[in-house]
Amino acid sequence: MHIQDMILTLQKHWSDQGCILMQAYDTEKGAGTMSPMTLLRSLGPEPWNVAYVEPSRRPADGRYGDNPNRLYQHHQFQVIMKPSPDNIQELYLSSLEKLGINPLEHDIRFVEDNWENPTLGAAGLGWEVWLDGMEITQFTYFQQIGGLEAKPVAVEITYGMERLASYIQDKENVFDLTWTEGVTVRDIFYQPEFEHSTYTFEASDTDLLFNLFNQYEQEAKRAMEKSLVFPAYDYVLKCSHTFNLLDARGVISVTERTGYIGRVRNLAREISKLYVEKREVLGFPMLKDGGVS
Amino acid sequence: MKTHTILFEIGLEEMPARFLTDTERQLKEKTATWLNDARLAYEKLETFITPRRFAVLIHKLEAKQPDLHEEVRGPKLQIAKDQEGQWSKAAIGFCKGQGKTVDDIVIKQVDGFDYIFVEKFIEGASASDILPSFKDVVLSLNFPKNMRWGTRQLRFIRPIKWIVALNDKSVIPMEIEGVVSANETRGHRFLGTTVAIEDALDYRAVLKQQYVIANTCERQQMIVDQIKALEEAQGFVVPVDVELLEEVTHLVEYPTAFYGEFSKEFLAVPEEALITSMKEHQRYFPVRKKDQSLLPYFIAVRNGDDANIDTVKRGNEKVLNARLKDAVFFYDEDQKQTIEANNDKLKRMVFQEKLGTLHDKVTRVQAIAQSIAAALGLNSEQVGQVRRAAEISKFDLVTQMVNEFTNLQGVMGEKYARLKGEDEAVCIALNEQYMPRHAQDDLPASIVGQIVSVSDKMDTIVGCIAVGLMPTGSQDPYALRRQSMGIVQILERFGWSMSFEDLLDLVISHYETTEIEVADYRIVKNHVKEFFLARVSFLAKDRSVERDVVDAVTFNGLGRLHQLFMKASLLEAKRKDEGFKETQEALVRVMNLAKKAEDKDVQASLFENESETALYQTLLEVRAPFKAKIDEELYAEALHDLSQLTPEISQFFDKTMVMVDDDKVKNNRLALLCQIKKLVDALGDFTLIEWKQQF
Repeated sequence: MHIQDMILTLQKHWSDQGCILMQAYDTEKGAGTMSPMTLLRSLGPEPWNVAYVEPSRRPADGRYGDNPNRLYQHHQFQVIMKPSPDNIQELYLSSLEKLGINPLEHDIRFVEDNWENPTLGAAGLGWEVWLDGMEITQFTYFQQIGGLEAKPVAVEITYGMERLASYIQDKENVFDLTWTEGVTVRDIFYQPEFEHSTYTFEASDTDLLFNLFNQYEQEAKRAMEKSLVFPAYDYVLKCSHTFNLLDARGVISVTERTGYIGRVRNLAREISKLYVEKREVLGFPMLKDGGVS
Repeated sequence: MKTHTILFEIGLEEMPARFLTDTERQLKEKTATWLNDARLAYEKLETFITPRRFAVLIHKLEAKQPDLHEEVRGPKLQIAKDQEGQWSKAAIGFCKGQGKTVDDIVIKQVDGFDYIFVEKFIEGASASDILPSFKDVVLSLNFPKNMRWGTRQLRFIRPIKWIVALNDKSVIPMEIEGVVSANETRGHRFLGTTVAIEDALDYRAVLKQQYVIANTCERQQMIVDQIKALEEAQGFVVPVDVELLEEVTHLVEYPTAFYGEFSKEFLAVPEEALITSMKEHQRYFPVRKKDQSLLPYFIAVRNGDDANIDTVKRGNEKVLNARLKDAVFFYDEDQKQTIEANNDKLKRMVFQEKLGTLHDKVTRVQAIAQSIAAALGLNSEQVGQVRRAAEISKFDLVTQMVNEFTNLQGVMGEKYARLKGEDEAVCIALNEQYMPRHAQDDLPASIVGQIVSVSDKMDTIVGCIAVGLMPTGSQDPYALRRQSMGIVQILERFGWSMSFEDLLDLVISHYETTEIEVADYRIVKNHVKEFFLARVSFLAKDRSVERDVVDAVTFNGLGRLHQLFMKASLLEAKRKDEGFKETQEALVRVMNLAKKAEDKDVQASLFENESETALYQTLLEVRAPFKAKIDEELYAEALHDLSQLTPEISQFFDKTMVMVDDDKVKNNRLALLCQIKKLVDALGDFTLIEWKQQF
């Protein structure tokens, strides 16, 4: 099954479960979780079911297109269901069957993995799902987001598309995966992988990046002062990506990290709080019939 | 009496493996307590736990509580009868309240007074009325991490999916967070189905048919046997790590062990990295040859039977090979860098905001280590090794391998340094600098390693305390407590010829030359001393030496730590030694008085009686051998020498008044006592000890 067909299959499956199909968000981010479609919408009492593909940038994982498993940018298929349905594990397992993975022929396991994203003040409990020893999915019940308690609890399912595809297509090298008939991941992504790796590890202007971080932070604060939640959040995402670039370049030590992460987290917290407040002023419009709070 | 078999099973989404052992223990204890409190007798309690369920089977539970015969006391007899000798209103009211009549009254004496009593019979409650309260047991389980799910309020280890509650064949009504009890359990997630348990007694058998081995020991034994079979068939040696075995047991409901292979080329990577990848990332058992060298195989345990095991094996091999390929990549890339280039990168890495970069730290550690080496009198070759080891002590922190496997810091430093042709003593010290890594870990064996280890740790402790990062309560982000324990252990074990105070002065004097802003180093010094005294007391306590003895032997500072501990255990033993009582009392009396004395020469010409002369004579005889024994660290013998003064001290106090009006005479007597005190000081301040000898 080509990656493209996997995406179509997953979209159909989760659409059938009542998820809104969204498109990827247009700001750089390290994970699908950071899209406002997940992070902000998981907050507050309004029900929210959504699925989308998210290109995710992890500068530190760049390998110049040389490594068969690691990528500067990979793809996540992201599902959020709030409140988490009682049969969510079964819904997930049936999506695997639709991708042609028969559980009786494999070893599928839910192995404890408590997810935490300190930069976003977010934490959840759940598992990584193992397929014959390979982590193919992150499965998380959000407990806290932006420093606020998640109530009701949203469940997040994140499929690592390249990982899963390398299993389904039985390929050793991620660049050999077919996106669609006659087109490989190499055709589309080799050059950007190489160039982004070169930029990240050799060519980036670290002074400029440090400056950008500070300026994005300032702009986020300014937007916040004007009560503009979504623009402020976009600048937080930019802060986060800039931090990742600096971190990958090896110019931030363990101790400094704490400081930078703290700065982003404080912003994310304030934005989360403001988002819920503004939704409340609007009367939580998606909360129908008294809802689920 | 008729008895019943009771089954409770709580089904959940997969629980974290690391919590299962403790959860099962709690389940057993809390169920037993619950049954006991409910006065329900039973023969045996069995518990079960897998990732998806925990359960208890109560065998031969009595159908009801035992009946109770109770005597209820009423008013005093004089109140219970009126003037005519008839039962009073009080008596009638009491009987009525107990559901009895005056005909049931018996009279008994309590504390010399007559009271009226009625005998009451309380019928034991039926077990089936009590059993639903098992819910309280479930909700009383403690988990290190709890979660909420959906719109539910309960915080629990994982979402609850089903509840089986059976009294023989009938369902015990129960409900937790919207889940209602029934007789239906679920088998293995893929190999089993939902199935009814007709009788609580069938629990084990039903689950086994459903590919669930619910008994932990049985499941673990299956894995052990399967590994043994693979060892025999393949000629493997598989050292079974107990913790890993326990974790793997709790990751599966139906285990099937199999072996897989990885590419031989990966064996070139240091074994520690391979093992970390296998054990910690994949939960595989590494495989060795008889000669203990690592083989390119691993053993994994599948949650399921052996159908399509080849697919599972191939998948696992693919994952491990990919992981190890990463390790090879890191290992190769790291070797392309020079040590100097790596060291240079430390200039950009902040160690701690106020304490500068890692490069700054290395510079301090190097200076400290060299001073220590000089103070300990190392030869010039060793001093060179210390200097170099300290200089490159942190270069591996910027390698990709350590970045990926943080527990390999030092381990990789040693290996890379060796590949770069560094002196062997330097290489070993790079790993040893982190020792002891935990309470039970080995100490650095080489003197170079010891010096770098102590320098690195002292630098961190003094630096952190200087900038206000003293650990509080459970907050100790820089692990200062663990590191100070390491220093104490090293100084004690290897008997460094350097007092703790000299070491601290040396470190502080290096700090004073830096630009780090510190208000007052004297305060820092006191804080560090207190911090170490607390560690020493903690370690002493572990050896049954109490705090007052520690205070006695450290009244003058910590000194040399091995001496401190030797003196402390000697005095702890003497504290209760009856044979030592007289000497102890004599010396304590001397010391209490001598505290008022000036340290000056004794003038024999001022003696007025024989007891003074005698004491002084004995002191002169004892002094030299005593000091020699102290120098040789023969503290028990030295103390024995001191005890020879006991009769003379007693005589002295019997015959001599110290605090006389004539200042010259008084001060001379005090001076004599002071000379004795100076000897005792070499062992400790005896006045601080709470002596416990008895006659």
